[in-house]
Amino acid sequence: MANTETMTINMGPQHPSTHGVLQLVLELDGETVVKAVPHIGFLHRGVEKLSENRSYHRALPLTDRLDYLAPMSNNLGYVLAVEKLLGITEQIPERAKVVRVMMAELTRIKSHLVWLATHALDIGAMTVFLYCFREREAIMDMYEKLSGARMTSNYFRVGGLSLDLPEGFENDVREFIDAMPGHIDTYEGLLTGNKIWQKRTIGVAKISAEDAIDIGLTGPALRASGVDWDLRRDNPYSGYEDYDFEVITRQGCDTFDRYKARLDEMRESCKIIHQALAKLQPGAILADVPSVCLPEKKDVVNSIEGLIHQFKIITEGFKPEPGEIYQGIEAPKGELGYYIVSDGSANPFRMKIRPPSFVNLQALPQMVEGALLADVIAAIGTLDIVLGEIDR
Amino acid sequence: MSQAAVAKLKGAFAASVLDVKEHRGEVTVTVKKEDIVAICRYLKEEAGYNFLCDLCGVDYLGQSPRFMVVYNLYNITTKERLRVKVPVEEQDACVDTVSGVWSTANWPERECWDLMGISFAGHPDLRRILMPADWEGHPLRKDYPLQGPGREPYQGRLS
Amino acid sequence: MGVNHATEQASGADYYNVLGNNIMTTSLDKVVNWARSRSLWPMTFGLACCAIEMMATGAARFDLDRMGVLFRASPRQADVIIIAGTVTHKMLPVIETVYEQMPEPKYVIAMGACASSGGVFDTYSVLQGIDQVLPVDVYVPGCPPRPEGLLYGLIKLQEKIMRERNSFGAAIGAGKVIPG
Repeated sequence: MANTETMTINMGPQHPSTHGVLQLVLELDGETVVKAVPHIGFLHRGVEKLSENRSYHRALPLTDRLDYLAPMSNNLGYVLAVEKLLGITEQIPERAKVVRVMMAELTRIKSHLVWLATHALDIGAMTVFLYCFREREAIMDMYEKLSGARMTSNYFRVGGLSLDLPEGFENDVREFIDAMPGHIDTYEGLLTGNKIWQKRTIGVAKISAEDAIDIGLTGPALRASGVDWDLRRDNPYSGYEDYDFEVITRQGCDTFDRYKARLDEMRESCKIIHQALAKLQPGAILADVPSVCLPEKKDVVNSIEGLIHQFKIITEGFKPEPGEIYQGIEAPKGELGYYIVSDGSANPFRMKIRPPSFVNLQALPQMVEGALLADVIAAIGTLDIVLGEIDR
Repeated sequence: MSQAAVAKLKGAFAASVLDVKEHRGEVTVTVKKEDIVAICRYLKEEAGYNFLCDLCGVDYLGQSPRFMVVYNLYNITTKERLRVKVPVEEQDACVDTVSGVWSTANWPERECWDLMGISFAGHPDLRRILMPADWEGHPLRKDYPLQGPGREPYQGRLS
Repeated sequence: MGVNHATEQASGADYYNVLGNNIMTTSLDKVVNWARSRSLWPMTFGLACCAIEMMATGAARFDLDRMGVLFRASPRQADVIIIAGTVTHKMLPVIETVYEQMPEPKYVIAMGACASSGGVFDTYSVLQGIDQVLPVDVYVPGCPPRPEGLLYGLIKLQEKIMRERNSFGAAIGAGKVIPG
């Protein structure tokens, strides 16, 4: 038999099918991947260091830019962590909690839509991309109505929300989630029974439950390997314990099941938003903790006390007592954790972000070694990575 | 409760547990550096903390010991969290790797080496992960300037 | 053969009448500029958050295609590089390589605050503006800019290209392009 040599090829960091600036060095034997080495850090912006040099309120906008497909989930994790550090979790008003849940679930749908669009585009299904972005634009419009920005919303605040819902917002949300299950059926119609889609996804990039836990997978990727774990249900935050929803688990461990799991998760999100809309009652949107919370905008522009209050909090910030906390939430991509150490000053002493994609990407070599080169693209898509939060 | 696991741990490693703290309902155990792998293996196999959420370093510049390596653990069965901390001296900034206990630890340990300059003995592939390979210094240390060496922060418009 | 010659002649005559039996004169530069500015092919160079807005600009609602803008995956086929996102010191060599691989004439759009000035990330790892390395033609402000912002930036670039002089001369090797 003739000797065969392996070939090393480079993918990225500039590559249309990698989701962001990810570099993969692949060693190939023919078309089979022998070894895959991911290189990251091309988008390392020093968010953790930067937040050590800013007060707690001013570090919030940085979290938008971590996982830029799901900005409100990042905001939510951060504000919950700071509230826990301050010990004011119990004082968050009900309305703020409900709006947070509603927006977090809309964000989940939005994030999954981009995942589906790009994942399908990578595997060759162009149409789905255009459909998904159409629905995503509707969510972007809601974001804009609410916060003024399409992507980097910066809407939640430590202690509550920055602004109340604008007029007619609930109707927009209701209209959207009434239509959304039909749209999901459309995507399924285009993909689920599609022979090409099935060939490209079924049995591709498998990972067993034990391996998944060992490597630290979280989110839909873990649940598609049969592990029934969702922080929204298991360690509820922001009132998730009051909502009735199903945690989607599947047993296939492959790309197709992760696809199905995410689609079903979007349907569950619609259910949660329905319940949140029913719960929504008029009321306060900020906790009554003047030493921490920014005053409402109308007080700032109409009274000198409000203005001074705002000025004091912006310039001096607040000082949580020394200590350390970890707060994890179920972000669209998995467990998003904030570990914050306070030394009693107005800036976080150390803020470590546990990004779900960072840990999930670690599983990539395991998933693709022994598989075909074309399946690497499917594996990157199915992990749903965002380099913004991997590199921070 | 994670307190039960801590009591168990204290029984098994009485000499190694330096401190137990509770803040906002979260338990933090500080243990000796030498026994970290044995303790992690014990917590995983005997106490059910089968999931390593996160691993990172904290720089307490000016204090001795200067660094802490923090392990955030999770028990998927009982849904409990536990935090283990290890003090690390500046002169001997090296901890045994736990990547043999949880494979998850591989990248976070590389990141900790890259940004904080704490090395991990026995790590299978200890290279820089976020910064370029030829970068000098460890940016997350408190004595490393935010803008990097040799660059002034932006001071606003001069006019 | 069933063909109505009268109709065919009439329609042919209409066709020739579009220009009214006249001669159009223009300078070669203008023709070249017109052709270049109406088929700007950007390189897909998504770096960070802005890349998502760039994708949204390319999708159905904002529809870049109607302006002759088609994203190309290879620098060899691209005319303009949109730096969409934060440029880090680790990424910079890659950007320079890709830029050098693009054929002349080539243009650079700095999309968003990070690419223009480093933005909010005044840190050790971030290059404080791509203009320190590449010649930027159009800056698009925003964090991230709205799709309309990127569209406006592309229109501004088209206007700039239309103002260029000696584009034809430079193409056949006589002198250099005088930028608009």
